[in-house]
Amino acid sequence: MEWQPVWLTVKLASVTTLTLLILGTPLAWWLARSNAWWKEVIGSIVALPLVLPPTVLGFYLLMLLGPEGPLGNLTSSLGLGTLPFTFAGLVVGSVIYSMPFVVQPIRNAFESIGKRPMEVAATLGASPLESFFSVAVPLARRGFLTGSVLGFAHTVGEFGVVLMIGGNIPGETRVLSVAIYDHVEALEWGQAHMMAAGLLAFAFITLVMMYMIDRRFQDRDA
Amino acid sequence: MSELNVKLQTELDTFSLDVEFECESSGVTLLYGPSGSGKTTVLRAIAGLLKTDLCEIRFNGEIWQDATRFTPPHHRPVGYVFQEASLFPHLSVRKNIEYGYKRVSKQDKRIDFDDAVSLLGVQRLLNRAPGQLSGGERQRVAIARALLTSPSLLLMDEPLAALDNRAKQEIFPYLEQLHSEFSIPLLYISHDHNEAARLADRIVLMDDGKVTATGDAHLFMTRLNLPLSHQDTAAAIIEGDVIEYDEKDQLTWINVAGSRVGLSGYTGTGSRLRVQVYARDVSLALSEHRDTSILNILPVTVLGREELDNSQMMVRLKLADDQTMLSRITKRSADILELHRGKQLYAQVKGIALL
Repeated sequence: MEWQPVWLTVKLASVTTLTLLILGTPLAWWLARSNAWWKEVIGSIVALPLVLPPTVLGFYLLMLLGPEGPLGNLTSSLGLGTLPFTFAGLVVGSVIYSMPFVVQPIRNAFESIGKRPMEVAATLGASPLESFFSVAVPLARRGFLTGSVLGFAHTVGEFGVVLMIGGNIPGETRVLSVAIYDHVEALEWGQAHMMAAGLLAFAFITLVMMYMIDRRFQDRDA
Repeated sequence: MSELNVKLQTELDTFSLDVEFECESSGVTLLYGPSGSGKTTVLRAIAGLLKTDLCEIRFNGEIWQDATRFTPPHHRPVGYVFQEASLFPHLSVRKNIEYGYKRVSKQDKRIDFDDAVSLLGVQRLLNRAPGQLSGGERQRVAIARALLTSPSLLLMDEPLAALDNRAKQEIFPYLEQLHSEFSIPLLYISHDHNEAARLADRIVLMDDGKVTATGDAHLFMTRLNLPLSHQDTAAAIIEGDVIEYDEKDQLTWINVAGSRVGLSGYTGTGSRLRVQVYARDVSLALSEHRDTSILNILPVTVLGREELDNSQMMVRLKLADDQTMLSRITKRSADILELHRGKQLYAQVKGIALL
């Protein structure tokens, strides 16, 4: 069993989930609260990866981030080089690809809180930022749990985007799903089995744990 | 003198609101009116929860909101009790109450944690979760929570409306004490006549997005052109000074406008009392009958009369010291007595309730 793809996958999924929590939380809050007419346009862009073939997403990212792309130009001129076929490039791709899985549950949770708790907090002297962290976030914790788990698990399982913009560089972009594909191509069924079964078990255990924790939250809130 | 000035114009989903009033802010001011008349919107604007362009709020001369300024809600010294208790479900009762308390700077803390908690009787609930409380308990916690922000003005939006009668009776004494204990000005929304009578010092009457009248609560109750005097439970609030307690008869005698009025039970001595007299308990006579079971007879002058329906009539009366009272009689009786403005009569009061 080669462990490098496993660690790389865990690292990718962790960095991606963390990035998504940081970027996705304010986005989810805005989507839940704004009255702007164009908020559903943004909402649709966030949700696009749900319906788009990952290869399409990967293709456009490659175009954008590659040496000829506008963002690629930017990153090269900043001395960062180009992102495709690097770990950083994978993170960018994964963040976009897994975004709806993190943003949507958090947005739903924020929406279901309603306006009242924040109003109460304001009349009790809490600033909007204080209210957000002391009231909105704890009340939306089920959304955060679901979002983090789905974001993490979904990143672990991605393949198409990785293949398009990451390729297959050991230790840099060769994550589990790509490694499995490799082993199958090379007819190494045993290796493929071990990794595939490991992923299957991981996915199952993750979901079971998520539902159990969620139920405990639910009982406590009731 | 503390004063609250409110000017507010806004379009709501179903009607437009155009409100302007000012009132002395000490004591209990009641925002009274049918549901859907815009009372909650006014309260929300005062708290800063409603952002609208045409809004001016001033409290004790300090501008909270006008065309260019907007003090955000967390910087306004108001406490707000919502119709539903709205406790934070993720925090214990203690943490809920402390949420506002710990955000008040030390020099602004005028109300002691233990005082408020014991006044509202929530000590033994402190370690519970909000989900484990009854409706009445929850609302008491919410009141304690708002109170402990040491507000300069306490806003309450029908805090009893969502509760059943038993819970209402349970909370009411706390509300009455609240005001006398901490002397925080209270602006209170209600459409309940009984709450109005028991709590209010003055009333701001609203209907259909407008303020239709403001004034002293006692006078308001009896104004014939206002809806309060048209209800089955129409009543007047009158005040009198305690004279003595008669132990033998178990009656407290008070002086109302120069007449001796007896009240069942001991009510304490040496102070001014507020009593409630229902219009249905007051009958009228041309002479002062002494051969009757009615204990309390007061000389009155007729101020006005208004037909309630085809058979009933409401009569507004003035006592010797200008306090007003209502009497509900039949139209036939009114004809026989030849009631007209300025006529001198005797009001026979069958029941008087202490407030």
